[in-house]
Amino acid sequence: MIKAVLVLNTQGKPRLAKFYEFQSVEKQHDAIRNVFSVLCSRPEHVSNFVDAESFFGPDSRLVYKHFATLYFVFIFDSSENELAMLDLIQVLVETLDKCFRNVCELDIVFNYSKMHTILDEIILGGQVLETSSNEVMKAIEEISRLESASKAINLVPKSVSGWRSQ
Amino acid sequence: MNPFSSPARLRDMIRAIRACKTAAEERAVVRKECAAIRASIDENDPDYRHRNLAKLMFIHMLGYPTHFGQMECLKLIASPGFPEKRMGYLGLMLLLDERQEVLMLVTNSLKQDLNHTNQYIVGLALCALGNISSAEMARDLAPEVERLLHFRDPNIRKKAALCSARIIKKVPDLAENFVNPATALLREKHHGVLITGVQLCTELCKISSEALEHVRKKCTEGLVRTLKDLANSPYSPEYDTAGFTDPFLHIRLLRLLRVLGEDHADASDSMNDILAQVATKIESNKIIGNAILYECVQTIMSVEDNGGLRVLAINILGRFLSHKDNNIRYVGLNMLMKAVTVDAQAVQRHRATILECLKDSDASIRKRALELVCILVNETNVKALTKELVEYLEVSDPDFRADLTAKICSIVSKFSPEKIWYIDQMLKVLSEAGNFVKDEVWHALIVVISNASELHGYTVRALYKAFKMSAEQETLVRVAVWCIGEYGDILINNAGMLDVEDPVTVSESDVVDVVEIALKCHASDLTTKAMALVALLKLSSRFPSCSERIREIIVQCKGNLVLELQQRSIEFNLIIAKHQNIRPTLVERMPVLDEVTFIARRAGSFPGAGLTSTGSSVGLSNGVAKPVAPIVDLLDMNSDDAPAPSSSGGDFLQDLLGVDLSLASQQSDASQPSRNGTDVLLDLLSIGSASAPIESPAQSNSSTIDILSPKQSKKAPISPLDDLSSLSLSSRATSNAGAAPMMDLLDGFAPGPPTEENNELVYPSITAFESSSLRLVFNFSKQPGNLQTTNIQASFTNLTSNVYTEFTFQAAVPKFLQLNLDPASGNTLPASGKGSVTQNMKVTNSQHGKKSLVMRIKIAYKINGKETQEEGQINNFPRDL
Repeated sequence: MIKAVLVLNTQGKPRLAKFYEFQSVEKQHDAIRNVFSVLCSRPEHVSNFVDAESFFGPDSRLVYKHFATLYFVFIFDSSENELAMLDLIQVLVETLDKCFRNVCELDIVFNYSKMHTILDEIILGGQVLETSSNEVMKAIEEISRLESASKAINLVPKSVSGWRSQ
Repeated sequence: MNPFSSPARLRDMIRAIRACKTAAEERAVVRKECAAIRASIDENDPDYRHRNLAKLMFIHMLGYPTHFGQMECLKLIASPGFPEKRMGYLGLMLLLDERQEVLMLVTNSLKQDLNHTNQYIVGLALCALGNISSAEMARDLAPEVERLLHFRDPNIRKKAALCSARIIKKVPDLAENFVNPATALLREKHHGVLITGVQLCTELCKISSEALEHVRKKCTEGLVRTLKDLANSPYSPEYDTAGFTDPFLHIRLLRLLRVLGEDHADASDSMNDILAQVATKIESNKIIGNAILYECVQTIMSVEDNGGLRVLAINILGRFLSHKDNNIRYVGLNMLMKAVTVDAQAVQRHRATILECLKDSDASIRKRALELVCILVNETNVKALTKELVEYLEVSDPDFRADLTAKICSIVSKFSPEKIWYIDQMLKVLSEAGNFVKDEVWHALIVVISNASELHGYTVRALYKAFKMSAEQETLVRVAVWCIGEYGDILINNAGMLDVEDPVTVSESDVVDVVEIALKCHASDLTTKAMALVALLKLSSRFPSCSERIREIIVQCKGNLVLELQQRSIEFNLIIAKHQNIRPTLVERMPVLDEVTFIARRAGSFPGAGLTSTGSSVGLSNGVAKPVAPIVDLLDMNSDDAPAPSSSGGDFLQDLLGVDLSLASQQSDASQPSRNGTDVLLDLLSIGSASAPIESPAQSNSSTIDILSPKQSKKAPISPLDDLSSLSLSSRATSNAGAAPMMDLLDGFAPGPPTEENNELVYPSITAFESSSLRLVFNFSKQPGNLQTTNIQASFTNLTSNVYTEFTFQAAVPKFLQLNLDPASGNTLPASGKGSVTQNMKVTNSQHGKKSLVMRIKIAYKINGKETQEEGQINNFPRDL
């Protein structure tokens, strides 16, 4: 199972943190700091796998990908295929790219609740829910449509009220 | 109220936080924002709930406490609108976890939403439940989730599947309810439902053996067919990844097949064909293709044996090692480490490729490769592999050297086919990476060298040459100095030359030069310098013509700030300057240390066992040699008194030097007439008189006890020269006894041992020592011609129902007594008094008629492998002994 998904920028600021296995809030933030201290000193051209037992307990490994100013990190146990985890990060990034059109860090900062919704369509309970970015996009678009429709309904009474006052 | 205020205000907060230059500024902004949120919550305005929670989620991510917003999550979840529900569920998953009691309050809302007409709201509820469900929630909501496994929309079915996986993990008892719906999912066409169904079935099989049996029987064929269809399927753009049709589904199917096939020959047999097909068909030039191959290899290695498939799998891993992508090489090495236990022969075929990985630029790959090489080593290939590793040691970067050095030393000591090869490899390692070698490694090397007498010449010459080239390697210097001290005479005369060697021309002066370098080099540490001083003392005997020069070098350390070096310098100078006649015996070649004893001690046996063995050995070999009895007894006493040194280095050196002194005594016995024995004794007195305080010849019993106590309280390890000091003190005490003891000593040198006569004196036996677990009985006897000496037979009885193993007995006596302890009759004491251990000893009382015997004892043994000790003092000896 996947234990956690982290998105950190190159200054160590968390942009997304999702833990699928219970950890106290203090431990979560210790883990984030530890992960960053490992990644920021890691040179280019080395493997993308790191032993994560020291901060996530036994049977923990992490895989990461570095895109522009962000690290995408998955922490998982031995029931997952390391190479597949690497490619699942790719699926996540591709989906973000489609949602935000050439995604950058600012998109994630200002839309982190949407980020969580996207992640929830790919991973549920630490298990892989969907691996097709197109399928994920369909779900996200439908959720966005529902969101907009609800807000539109809420707007009508206020508009009528404004008109009446004139 | 402006209806667009909520998103704008959230953005404003984020901008404000991002604008902060310092952590303190950020804390101030967050604190102010939290205050505003609290105030808004207090007003209980539903219009602001959504916005407040959005802010709290961001604040939570930054690491600030947000517990006060938990109830807002519940209120939003209970709201009718979709945006409110979505935000509420997001907050629920982030701000709460399964332990919170608040979570119980949300169960009813979840139940309602799981039955909602809007499938996206159902999806929100399933997502939340799947991420944070507690056992109680799982039990309450399992029926809803089970029903949703049959829902019309595949997006709901797939979420229900993963939600079910969490439920059965939380409450394994519910697994049986999900078996049939889960296996139905395996017949789906939708890839999302398939992949989640496979994951649910995998969890079921892990949790429930009944489920495993059911899935294996009903589904294995179907899974094989699904995998076959997938592997052969035409292009499918929806799930295409780099040209592969849904590699993630490939991987999950292979994983489930692995679970089904483990320890089950029939199931394994049914999947062999598809495994072979996947293994041979997949191209390995893409990461995701390799992910499938990697999973396929793991499945092949886990299911029941098929030799051909196994070799195919291992060859795939071999290709992984040659891949240019670091990640592929990394997982290949990981898997080979597991594969080696299954088929070591097939893995051996890739040894060259594995060795190549040692030179990888990636540290984690090098580390894995090194571990794998260590697993592959055996008697057949140890020489070739060690050669490769040692060659690589020369070019490896500093970070890797410590690991590589430790592994090479471990391999060499474990698989060494012959001593000369072992010595050669260790010298190479010491020359290249001596500073990374641990103490036990070079200690073990010295033990091996001392045991290989035919290689002393070869070794000391090799070390001499290595020292010339690698003087900066600390442990190399130590081993070289030790060997040069011991075998310096062999070094200069080329004794024991082997065919492979070239002659070397080394003078006595050259030899002294290298030891002097070791002593004076500022980089040498205390241990190295101390060993250099000892080596110089030895060389002063082996090279008489250099004696004066050596003395000058040693004297230069008299003013050393380190007390250890200063003391050695002063003592060694005295030996060279004033006691040339005993120096050869003092620095006689070290006797061969028993390798078995050394290995056993290193394995953690009781340190005292060595001391007892030494004492027994001395007693056994000199039991009837009265002319040297005083010296032997003194040595025996020291052996009994010495505490076990705490440091491993000190322990090792102490053992070697301690044995040396014993041998010196034996040499004296063998080669010198009785007059020379007297000279030795008088010379020791001469040394002692310079430093020992004068003691009153008349001593009370309380004084006797005082003498015993300080000895027992010694903490620091005794240096080798302290033994000489103790000898002196003991000898002086003897002379202070007055004329009578001296007459006895002279009488001891009379020709002819006394003949044995019938024992006419009888003394009552005593229970010398008794505890709840052990009884010690002493029986006494004397011979008429020697009233000072008492023969004691000690008899040990076990009072418990546990067997005592590795039983040892040690004793200490005050200076007016001399103790000679024979070996015990055995070292196992049977339980409940069935059988006993006996041990004979001889005590000579120089104060016979004035003082009674007194003895302090220590007994050590093991019960069920656990070490135990008992100590005591025996004061109830019969009078007139």
